[in-house]
Amino acid sequence: MSDTVVSTNGWKPNPRAARRRSADHVATAFGMVMAGILVLVLASILWTLLSRGLAGLSAAAIMKPMGPPGSSSGLANAIVGSLIQTFMALLMATPLGLGCGIYLSEYGTDTNKFASCVRFVSDVLMSVPSILVGLFVYQVMVAPFGHFSALAGSVALAILAVPIIVRTTEDMLRLVPTAMREAGAALGATRWRVTLSLCLRSAKTGVLTGILLALARVSGETAPLLFTSLGNQNWSFSLTRPMASLPVTIYQYAGASYEDWVQLAWAGALLVTMGVLAINIAVRVSARRG
Amino acid sequence: MWWLRLPDNARFSSQSFSRMTLATATPSEEARDTAGASRSGSRRSGPDTAFHFLVAASALLVLVVLGGLVVLMGIGGSQAFRTFGLGFAFHDVWNPVADLYGAWAPLFGTIVSTLIGVAIALPLAFGTAFWLTAMAPPRIAAIVGTAVQLLAAVPSIIFGMWGFFTIVPFMARTVQPFLTHHFKHVPGIKFIIHGAPFGTGLMTAGLVLAVMIAPFMTAVMRDVFAAMPNMLRESAYGLGATRWDVMWKVVVPWSRSGMIGAIVLGMGRALGETMAVTFVIGNVTAVGWSLFAPRSTVASLIALQFPESPAGSLRLSALLALGFILMLLSFASLALARMLRGNTK
Repeated sequence: MSDTVVSTNGWKPNPRAARRRSADHVATAFGMVMAGILVLVLASILWTLLSRGLAGLSAAAIMKPMGPPGSSSGLANAIVGSLIQTFMALLMATPLGLGCGIYLSEYGTDTNKFASCVRFVSDVLMSVPSILVGLFVYQVMVAPFGHFSALAGSVALAILAVPIIVRTTEDMLRLVPTAMREAGAALGATRWRVTLSLCLRSAKTGVLTGILLALARVSGETAPLLFTSLGNQNWSFSLTRPMASLPVTIYQYAGASYEDWVQLAWAGALLVTMGVLAINIAVRVSARRG
Repeated sequence: MWWLRLPDNARFSSQSFSRMTLATATPSEEARDTAGASRSGSRRSGPDTAFHFLVAASALLVLVVLGGLVVLMGIGGSQAFRTFGLGFAFHDVWNPVADLYGAWAPLFGTIVSTLIGVAIALPLAFGTAFWLTAMAPPRIAAIVGTAVQLLAAVPSIIFGMWGFFTIVPFMARTVQPFLTHHFKHVPGIKFIIHGAPFGTGLMTAGLVLAVMIAPFMTAVMRDVFAAMPNMLRESAYGLGATRWDVMWKVVVPWSRSGMIGAIVLGMGRALGETMAVTFVIGNVTAVGWSLFAPRSTVASLIALQFPESPAGSLRLSALLALGFILMLLSFASLALARMLRGNTK
């Protein structure tokens, strides 16, 4: 009975429609699997880090400096070295990046050849392989002086951080409405005053975000430090000497054949990753809140 | 800025911020500019000029840094190019003992591992971007999107360690014995899978590279897909298209050049990747068809051999020449990506 009802209505499932619908289902499943793989990779990385790194993460690992295998050594000088070099790098990169970003957004019009050239170069710098930056700084700051130095490492990191800061600063300043600039000018403020006290101030959150993202990017970098700050087994606070850093120490220790060094490498890897991910999550959460 | 992009642009900042965004209009840029020009023209005060000078100087410095990078890399490598000629790039011997150097072995490793990485990353990125933009429920899409972006933030040395302790044993114990057992006698394939089951090699490097660049490519593709006017999408749905129809027949053709840009951008990242590859490629300077034998790449060779090369030696110069070639490759891919991405706008 129901068959006849359907046929009298004249409706039959169209085989092409059915095929398209099944193609849709297949594509959905495919997309889900692909996204699932990426999420699984992240989970696997985090799981590997936690399961291997937590065991080595003790008070000694954080408080004691590096030492020969077998002794109860730690990562303290590498952690401090990383903090110093990253901080120095940001100290150099932030003013430069802000200045360049301000120039591009406030003075760099579409007709300004110099500005579009700088913009292009900054984009290129953003994706230049980080090991090339290390080679470059080696040639400029290590080879002429004949020794590796923490300062060279900081400069290499700064070169990697600058383009990120430039890009976010320019983008954020461009979001500031023209009316605001005009209002400032109408009140008699000079151009630098308008730029710094009005534009930069209202774009503060976004600019800070850029600096934080640059920090996150730079703090896990290994390749540019290999030929610049080299690494150091001992405590060193001198900027003109080789300095240990967490990523380079991880690199040296992970390939070692001593149990306790590998253990420390995992602990260090856990620290670096948690730090980088924490910065990223903090940036996203604060951006969402405003 | 696609890769700094925050998960939700619309909710980027406080209310006042989004109101500003609304108020910003591109046409007013010209007005702003002329206003600025007349302002600085009428009353060019000392501090203003100084400020202009200061920010222009920092822009110049950025320019100088990259210019210096290109020039120095060329100068550093010129000794190798002088000694071995242009054939340096295609000579496949890398022998520090005999002081003979050719770039072909590491170059071959770089190119093949990059191609494998891109080939695997492409379906990963496209599938993820498609699912996230068209299919996933918003709440789940937000979580998965964040996870994918966090994956992009993981430092490359961590990928290397993870690959070395997770993927390498898997390849050595499961994949390679399986392949050897089943495809040992198949004519075309046996060359590709030939080799002792070390677990390291081009295939492993390609896999690790793929999961490293897939998040970046996903981000670009999501941006490109989202840039398509909604009208087109709605028209297609109105004609009774399924979501996959819309994707495949409307979105993909519309954003083709942007997608190619995404692929090239991922390629550029894979070309220069150092730490992750160094852990998993096995580091043997050789050329051969097997995808499962240890090889080396330009970046991994530089990272490994640079510290042991004395200043002024031919080996150091050869490594710098390798760096120069790598730079040319990555600039070429970047220029291509920019060209293709520029076309979509």
